[in-house]
Amino acid sequence: MTRAFRRVKSNVMVGLMIAAVVLAVLPLVFILATLIIKGASSLNFAFFTRTPVPAGEVGGGVAHAIVGTLIIVGTASLMGLPIGIAAGIYCAEYRSSRLTWITRFVADVLNGTPSIVIGVFAWTLIVAKQKHFSALAGSAALAMLMIPMVMRTTEEMIKLVPNSLREAALALGYPRWRATLSVVVRSTLPGIVTGSMLAVARIAGETAPLLFTALGSQYLSTALNQPMAALPLTVFTYATGPYEEWHRFAWASALVLIMVVFVLSVAARLTIGRTRHG
Amino acid sequence: MADATVRLATDSLTATYGTFAAVKDVSLDFAANRVHALIGPSGCGKSTFLRTLNRLHELTEGAAVEGQVLLDGEDVYGPKVNAMQLRRRVGMVFQKPTPFPMLSVYDNVAAGLRVSNKVGRVRGAALDEVVERSLRQAALWDEVKDRLKKSAMALSGGQQQRLCIARTIAPQPEVILLDEPTASLDPQGTQRIEDLLADLKRDFTIVIVTHNMQQAARVSDTTTFFYLGEMIETGPTRRIFTAPRQERTEAYITGRFG
Repeated sequence: MTRAFRRVKSNVMVGLMIAAVVLAVLPLVFILATLIIKGASSLNFAFFTRTPVPAGEVGGGVAHAIVGTLIIVGTASLMGLPIGIAAGIYCAEYRSSRLTWITRFVADVLNGTPSIVIGVFAWTLIVAKQKHFSALAGSAALAMLMIPMVMRTTEEMIKLVPNSLREAALALGYPRWRATLSVVVRSTLPGIVTGSMLAVARIAGETAPLLFTALGSQYLSTALNQPMAALPLTVFTYATGPYEEWHRFAWASALVLIMVVFVLSVAARLTIGRTRHG
Repeated sequence: MADATVRLATDSLTATYGTFAAVKDVSLDFAANRVHALIGPSGCGKSTFLRTLNRLHELTEGAAVEGQVLLDGEDVYGPKVNAMQLRRRVGMVFQKPTPFPMLSVYDNVAAGLRVSNKVGRVRGAALDEVVERSLRQAALWDEVKDRLKKSAMALSGGQQQRLCIARTIAPQPEVILLDEPTASLDPQGTQRIEDLLADLKRDFTIVIVTHNMQQAARVSDTTTFFYLGEMIETGPTRRIFTAPRQERTEAYITGRFG
């Protein structure tokens, strides 16, 4: 009797958990399916290589937005990754210092700050001062989003390194900084790379911080000091526009964007997998 | 053992963590080319004592040292002594094998040589030679000579520990400190390390902390018994194990506590 009851209870619980898993995965499946159904048909060579044509005409592509996203995200990574990683190393190596406590607190607050607020901040800091929109302002906003993410993952990764490894390096006569960099950080490098790639993937899809910084553009531009297009902005502009052709482009751009993010995430996970087995 | 010169000595050494004294007023001599075992129950201060000898103790927060540690007559806590240089003269092997995970077998052994001063740095063929000699001394060469460029993590636990010994002896220290080096190894791995110590003492002065009294009896020339941070008794290993003078030493080695 109790045994049968236990078995039923177990089955019900397992069933509930499977249902929860399906519910969690379902939105992703729907999003991907919708994007592929509505966007894949617009993907062709021109879509990746051409810039937009005037409204109402058929053809053209989003090469300007793809290039723009690469430049803006690349510049943001150049600014955000070194600062985030360095801050993470500091917090992990000087765990009980007061500065660490403050840095960690600030990073947590920054992590929870809505990205649009970061965008407004970048606007006041750069756009309002320069009196024009620029890709650089967009990159700065994205870098600010990246720093706390990268910092916390770096810190957690380094904390996993056993203290005995650090002591072994010091016992060999390593100066503290070299023990940290060439032994502790080096042994967590795959983890830090993974964390960085996930952060890059995360900011690549951010729209709000770019709205009043990089602004968006119809032209292929590589000038950091000028407004620049980006995939999320293109999706936003085309999706809210009045033309049927634009809507098709919005779906296709969204599909490209999600592919970029997907590729980065998968690459990040593969890096983790490789280190675990090697 | 009349020929033994004192390589390392402590004079009224007290080591503290905050207000807690883990080692109290210990004066001990370590003879050159001898194996000196430190025994005692957990928490008796023997590991802390060992860590004061290469100044690793002071890296723990709130840790402090009073008294002197004399290496060849010079106080290692003196103002002119650089802790990094001292640690190149006093090597250490830890309880758990600590190979550097991202480095190859070869690079692990070479690690200590690569951090030493730029002047007189060993490179190329000379470095190959030192790596081979160190691995031979650590009785590991035959097992790893075909995979020097492979990751050190692929080695077994016992091999990793011998690799750490090779890494420690590569820069030619004068003293080797071993902190329970066989605690995480199987009996075979343990025996290989013990056999190794007998060879190593020809070139080095060895201080080994061990939980295992049979091990101390097997490998050491001199044994010191620690209890509650105090040095209770020290003397030739055979005498300590056959005719201890202190009651607490006898109680410990006969297994009545600890």
